[in-house]
Formats: sequence, structure tokens, C-alpha cells
Amino acid sequence: MADRLLTFSIFRYNPTTPEIPPRMQEYQLEETMGMSLFIALNRLREELDPSLMFDFVCRAAICGSCAMLINGRPGLACKTLTQDMPGKITLMPLPVFKLVGDLSVDTGVWFRYLNVRTEAWIHTGKVFNPKGIEERMDNPTAQAIYDAERCIECGCCIGACATANMRADFMGAALLNRIARFMIDPRDERPMAQYFDVVGTDEGVFGCIGLMACDDLCPMEIPLQGQLAFVRRKMAQMALKCARCK
Amino acid sequence: MNWSDAHISDVLVIGAGLAGERVAIEAAMHGHRVTILSLVPPRRSHSTAAQGGMQAALGNVAEGYGDNPTIHFEDTVKGSDWGCDQEVARLFCERAPVAVRQMSRWGVPWSRVVPGKRTLPDGAEIEDLQEKAGLIAQRQFGGTAKWRTCFASDGTGHVLQYAMDSVVVKLGVTVHDRCEAISLIHHGETCFGAVVIDLRTGELRPYLAKATVIATGGYGRIFGTSTNAVINEGTGMAIAQDTGLVPLGNMEAVQFHPTGIVPANILVTEGCRGDGGYLLDKNLHRFMPDYEPVKKEIASRDVVSRWMLHHIRQGYGVDSPYGPHLWLDIRHLGPEHICTDLREVHTICKNFLGIDCVEALIPVRPTQHYSMGGVRTNKDGEVYGLKGLFAAGEAACWDLHGFNRLGGNSLAETIVAGMVVGERVADFVQEQSLSFPFSLVEDAMAAQAQRLADLRSRKNGAEDAFALRHRMEETLTQNVGIFRNHDALQEAVTTLQGLYERAQNVRLRSSGLGPNPELLAALRLPGMLRLALCISFGALKRTESRGSHYREDYPRRDDDNWLKRTLAYWKPGAPMPDLQYEPVKITELPPGSRGYGEMPIEAGD
Ligand SMILES: Cc1cc2nc3c(=O)[nH]c(=O)nc-3n(C[C@H](O)[C@H](O)[C@H](O)COP(=O)(O)OP(=O)(O)OC[C@H]3O[C@@H](n4cnc5c(N)ncnc54)[C@H](O)[C@@H]3O)c2cc1C
Ligand code: SF4
Ligand code: SF4
Ligand code: FES
Repeated sequence: MADRLLTFSIFRYNPTTPEIPPRMQEYQLEETMGMSLFIALNRLREELDPSLMFDFVCRAAICGSCAMLINGRPGLACKTLTQDMPGKITLMPLPVFKLVGDLSVDTGVWFRYLNVRTEAWIHTGKVFNPKGIEERMDNPTAQAIYDAERCIECGCCIGACATANMRADFMGAALLNRIARFMIDPRDERPMAQYFDVVGTDEGVFGCIGLMACDDLCPMEIPLQGQLAFVRRKMAQMALKCARCK
Repeated sequence: MNWSDAHISDVLVIGAGLAGERVAIEAAMHGHRVTILSLVPPRRSHSTAAQGGMQAALGNVAEGYGDNPTIHFEDTVKGSDWGCDQEVARLFCERAPVAVRQMSRWGVPWSRVVPGKRTLPDGAEIEDLQEKAGLIAQRQFGGTAKWRTCFASDGTGHVLQYAMDSVVVKLGVTVHDRCEAISLIHHGETCFGAVVIDLRTGELRPYLAKATVIATGGYGRIFGTSTNAVINEGTGMAIAQDTGLVPLGNMEAVQFHPTGIVPANILVTEGCRGDGGYLLDKNLHRFMPDYEPVKKEIASRDVVSRWMLHHIRQGYGVDSPYGPHLWLDIRHLGPEHICTDLREVHTICKNFLGIDCVEALIPVRPTQHYSMGGVRTNKDGEVYGLKGLFAAGEAACWDLHGFNRLGGNSLAETIVAGMVVGERVADFVQEQSLSFPFSLVEDAMAAQAQRLADLRSRKNGAEDAFALRHRMEETLTQNVGIFRNHDALQEAVTTLQGLYERAQNVRLRSSGLGPNPELLAALRLPGMLRLALCISFGALKRTESRGSHYREDYPRRDDDNWLKRTLAYWKPGAPMPDLQYEPVKITELPPGSRGYGEMPIEAGD
């Protein structure tokens, strides 16, 4: 593996220069020990093409900035090591999200919009008393909330999702997981019916076709399959209740 | 310029990390119109990377019983090596518990107390009492008399940022992400906002406000090897200083964290040592007790980092292709503990070292981590020199940390300062109306447009932005690190001065059109070099050792001459910073012994 000459085939398009059509551009780079795509892309930019656009922030697989299609599969570039890859590496921007340029996509606006739509915050009528002590919670509950809260909004599960690729308004596994997180949080006082209005729809959990591409790909290893099933079960129970009422 | 591009609000917050968002929330809850700017979506700010925790004197766990804000205050002052502002430290310690509890209300899943008996790695037996069951749990961090660091498993910063941002979303606060402030707009001694480059299109826009807040985080990346995110380039500090009126406080105070992994420089949390991990040398000897018999691995960061480097210099480092390192050993904490409270560490080791730290040792080395210095403010967060300008968080020198920050005090600072400064900002804009000369904005815009145009059109420059930047990184890392001395610092200053001159002569290799990365790198470079010069020159002039600032040629603290804070100004067009000093306020705890780090390490060791 030492001394490999890697070939990168990278999607190029800059929306501010629309006269230049989208294209794949090839670069070559000598592999170094422990090289990640973070190191490789920065070297490409500094040594070969300073106009190349991509996003990294933490470079430690915790901020969710650098998701892209790596040889066709959504993943975090910063934690992808070239030693685990063939000699030719194709990089494309994540689908579904709006393209900023080259490998950079706009996940921020997408997630903000869906966080607004799903009201992804704690709903409570209680007023905070700065003089009081905290409300108690048992540790397993805190752990369970934390496990769902670990999502870094990288968008891998969205890019991989057949439904999200077909319909622009589908929430995707990330937001359904987020909703599961609020459902199990005792601090959130929303009744189930209120969740139902938001997620008991085709843009929500009933739009999911259950192929589980998302579950395989989550870099945080969030058990999306289980989370989706949990939300679906809750919503199906609600739907049943509503049907009975009618 | 096109006035329809102008964006006007009551409060402009530059930075969407914990500090910026907390200020924004406070101002928005007071009914003001707030705009937040950020280089990246808020939830990708560097605050999310904090793993370890947030200090607040709750006294919820066995080893923390009896804790109170006064003990927290004393730890903070000692940690700062008496460099901090004691009034600020007092205020901070009193309010930190409120901050932690409010974050709980906003959704943070803090780990909770599980009552029962436990044996610690050192053999001590402790018992968490039934009456504390379900309260917020706390762990041990360096330099503290009590276990005080609240945490959410291994992802404290992440959950804090997500909960904070959920409140920003709920309140409907405007956030413009992928926007970078590249210059402040000021007239006389009043700030009116900032000129901003849109990182989606490369276009410029003015943002005008009654109050502007710098909450842009640290500058770690000017060191190149740093635990910081790649966006931490200190631009917020640089644009404030660039007004010529605003000083940066104590820029020579730079923290090195003991455990950056080698070679990726990614941090593994202090929680590893707080929870009982050891540092080992090439003979697998646990060396910290030799140097610090009482605090061992959990002395303050400046002290542990120094001993580690000293030990390496004595020949006990482990050789590697990336230079010598030491080992962090957490194997004895057991898989269950490692895979819950230290899971992030486990994942980082797997992803970036290819090892399983349940069974393997972790290669570590002290790495640049935190900036105690920053935009100097008073205790309300008002920036020295410009009315209508505020600062909070790591970008500020509120001066809670003096010459060394305690682990867990930064997350707490971002939120407490966010509350305090936010209240002041809210009051300020209440009293203020926005009026400014139109020509001022047009001039400020034109000046920045000219900078971009010059860079794009320069055909005769000889310099490469990336190459100059790498020279700066190397200079700081080699000459302005943990051990400092006159000659190395002088050399750094000379080199950086040369680079600063050459930076005026950068020529782009690419077109520089749109949101071009090379253009942005060239735009940021002069400001970064100014910060580098403030750090190096301040360090050269400070002929004593205090906290993280360690001079081999002046190895002792010198309270007679140096109980003062450096204020670095940069006059327009000057080649070098202008250093002034102000006294450090001592209100409660007079200078004394820290209780660790007493043994000086003489030059030539
Ligand atoms: C790896 C790591 C682990 C840490 N762990 C801990 C810990 O366990 N406990 C603890 O107390 N502290 C910890 N710290 C320190 C702590 O995380 C930071 O000091 C703190 O989060 C900084 O918060 P902030 O809001 O000031 O800045 P940041 O979170 O860095 O946010 C800065 C914001 O400013 C924006 N910005 C910057 N420049 C501009 C510009 N020119 N224009 C527009 N926007 C701009 C950025 O986009 C970002 O939104 C850790 C630090 C690191 C590096
Ligand atoms: S299981 Fe559902 S959410 Fe996941 S990828 Fe398939 S359709 Fe999308
Ligand atoms: S659920 Fe996983 S894959 Fe989807 S956005 Fe969150 S972290 Fe990424
Ligand atoms: S850069 Fe943060 S996840 Fe890759």
C-alpha cells in the first residue's frame, strides 16, 4: 500500500459561475500514512486547485459538516481513511441538499427548517426558578435521551433515503429520531396527538418505506431502525384511537 | 453599494457558539430584534466538540459534598495563577449553578446521580447518598478541590449547543449562517455593526445594529497543531483590534491541553484523567506522582503539560514517526465506563488511531487548546474603547481565566457570560436609537470591496497565502509553545513581522471569484498574523512565569512587577502591536501558593 498514487475524481460546479457546466475533475496525489480525506482534500486545495470547495469544521467526526458521497456512499469525509479505499476515489456532494459549490452542500438551512416544522424543542408550561434546584431525572432516562440526541445532523441518512430523494418535504430519519427523543423526555409536556399532527403523515413517519438505508449509514451509529419503529408504533396507536373515535 | 442589501437589527451577534447564542436568547427574550451570524450552521460551532463537562458548584456527588461558589472561586483564582479578575470570577461562580439548571430546563440530558457505594481506581470507597438520587451528576476535573464538573455522558458540548440552538429556533431568532464578518463599522468611538462576506456567493453586505457582540471563539488554528476546529481562526478578535481602538487582553496566555492524540491532534477529554486515567512514559512508568505528589495527573493543565514536555525532554518520551509522545492509560477504568462516560474517546481512538482504548494505550502529547486572551471587556462584557461593542465567550478576555483556564470553566463561562452580557446588551439597546452617517457605511463597504478587488486583480504579487500561513503556524508552534525564552520569542517576532509584510503581497493562483477558498484564506491572513504577533510580543515582554506562560529564563511568578494584564493595541498602519498594561484587580484572595506546580523547571532542562 505504501507509495500508492491515488486518483481522485471530484464533482465540480460553482453556482456563481453558471457558464461553466458541472463536470468531474481528476487529480492525483501520493498517499501518506494515516491519510484521511480531510488531509487529502486540503492538500489538493493547497497544492493543486485553490478554488476547490468542501466543508470541514471539527475534523474529528463530531460536527457533521463533511458528509459527501464517497465512492457512491454517504459518509463523513474526515473519518474516512484512504488506506481503506481503492486507488480511485470518487467524491460527489450529498444529494437532496442544495449545492453550495463542488462538495459543499447546505445542510444548515434544511435542518433549521425541519427543526422549526417539527417544533424540536422542549414544550413546557413551567416557569424556570433560578433559585430552585434542578428537577430530578433517573439516569437511565437521561441516557436514553442522550442516545437519541447524539445525532450530528450530518445528513447521511437523508442523502441515502429513497423517500427524501423523491419528495422534498420528507423529514427523513434524522428528524424522526429527533421526535422520538422528545417523546421519551419527561420534561416535554406535548400530548401524543400534537406529535401526530406533525409526524403522523406522509411527510413524516408514514412516508418511510422501511428499506433501512439510513440505519446502515449513520456515522453516530444511532439505531435508526428502532427509533423509526418506535415513532411508527406510537403514531399507529394514535391513528387507531382516532379511528375508533370516529 | 446597494442599500437594499443592508441588514438592520437591534442586536448583531457575531458567532453562534454557546456564548453567542446565549447572548442572543437573552436579548430576544427582552423583546429585541436579534441577528446571529456564523461561519457555519450554529450546531457545527466548535462548542459542540467539548466532551468533558461544565463546572458549577452543586455539591451533588460524594466527592463534591460541601462544595459552594466560594470553593469554586478559589479554585478558579489559583488556576489562573492570580491573573484573573476576581470580581468576574466571583460573579461567575455564583451564577454557574443557575446556568446548569436552566440548560436542564431547556433539554440537556445531564447524567444523573445513581446512589450507592463505589470503589475508585485508586482504591478509595465513596458513597452517593439516596437523598441526591436523580440530581445532576458531577465528575472530577483538574485543579479543583471538589468534583464539580457536570456532564452528559461524553458529549456535553454537543448537547448544550443543541439545547441552546433549540431555544434560538423556538424564539425564531434570525440566523445567517455561512457569513463571515470581515470588518467592524465604527465612527468615532461607537460601533454600528459589521461588513460581512456571504460565504455562499462571495458578496458583501453591511449589517447594522445598535449593539454588536463578538462571540467568535478561539484562534487555535494559527498554531496549526491545535485541538481546535479548522474554523477557529480568531477573525473576530482580529477585526475588533483592527479598529485601532480596542485592545486584546493577555494574548500571551495560551493553553496547551495535556492529551491531544498523536498524530491527529484531536483532543481526548480531561475526563480520562479525572475519572482515574494515568499518564505513562516509554517504560510504562506512571511519572506524574514523581513531580506532583498530591494532585498527580489532575493538577491544572499548564502544570501537567509542562511536566509532560519536561519528561519527554529528559528522554522518557515514546519515539514515533511524528516525534516523541507519552501514553494515556485508561484501560483500568473498564469497558463499561469507557463505553458510556468516555464513549467519544473510544470512538476517536477507533476512528483516528485504529486502536481499542479498552485494551490499548493512547499516544498523547500536549497540544494548543484554548485562548485565555481575547477582546478585553469589563465585567458587563462592554469592550474597551468602543461603545456599542460587546464580547463574550472564548473570543473575550472578560478575564475569568487569567493565565490558565480550568477544565470545565469554559463551557460554563460561555453560558454565564452569555446571560450576564446578554442582560447588559438588552438594557443598552433599550436606551439607544440607531442613527449613523450613511456615508460611513458606504465607506466601510467600499474599503472592503477594494480589498477583495485588489486581491483578485493583483498580478505582480509573489506570495502564496497558504505558504505564508504554514510558516506562521510553524513559527508559533516551535517558538511560542509551552517552554518559552527570550531568544526563541525574539526570533518568532522577527519572523512574523517579515510574514506580515509579505502578506500584503499575496497573489491568488485561482480566479478568486465567488466564495473562493483561496480568496478567503488571503483575506484572513493579515489578521491572523497580527494575533500571532500580539501573542509572541506579549510573551517576549512578560519576563516572569505565570500559569501557562512559562519562561525558562524567568521561571518564577513575579507579583511585584507583573500582577498586571497586557493590553495589545494595533494602531492603523503600524507594523507591530502597542503593548500597554493595567493592574489585576484583587478583591478577595491575595496572591499565594496554588498547591501544585511549585517546583520550577530551570532553563536547559
Ligand atoms: C476539543 C475541545 C474540547 C473542549 N472541551 C471542553 C470541556 O469539556 N469543557 C469546557 O468547559 N470547555 C471545553 N473546551 C473549550 C470550549 O469548548 C470552548 O472554549 C467554547 O465552547 C467556546 O465557545 P464560544 O461560544 O466562545 O465559541 P465557539 O463555539 O467556537 O463559536 C464561535 C462561533 O463564531 C462564529 N464565527 C467565528 N468567526 C466569525 C466571523 N468572523 N464571522 C461570523 N461568525 C464567526 C463561528 O461560526 C461559531 O459559530 C473544549 C475545546 C475544545 C477545542
Ligand atoms: S428506512 Fe425510511 S427513513 Fe430510512 S432510508 Fe428508508 S425511507 Fe428513508
Ligand atoms: S441520524 Fe445519523 S446519519 Fe442521520 S443526520 Fe443524524 S447523525 Fe447523520
Ligand atoms: S469535519 Fe466535523 S464531522 Fe467531519
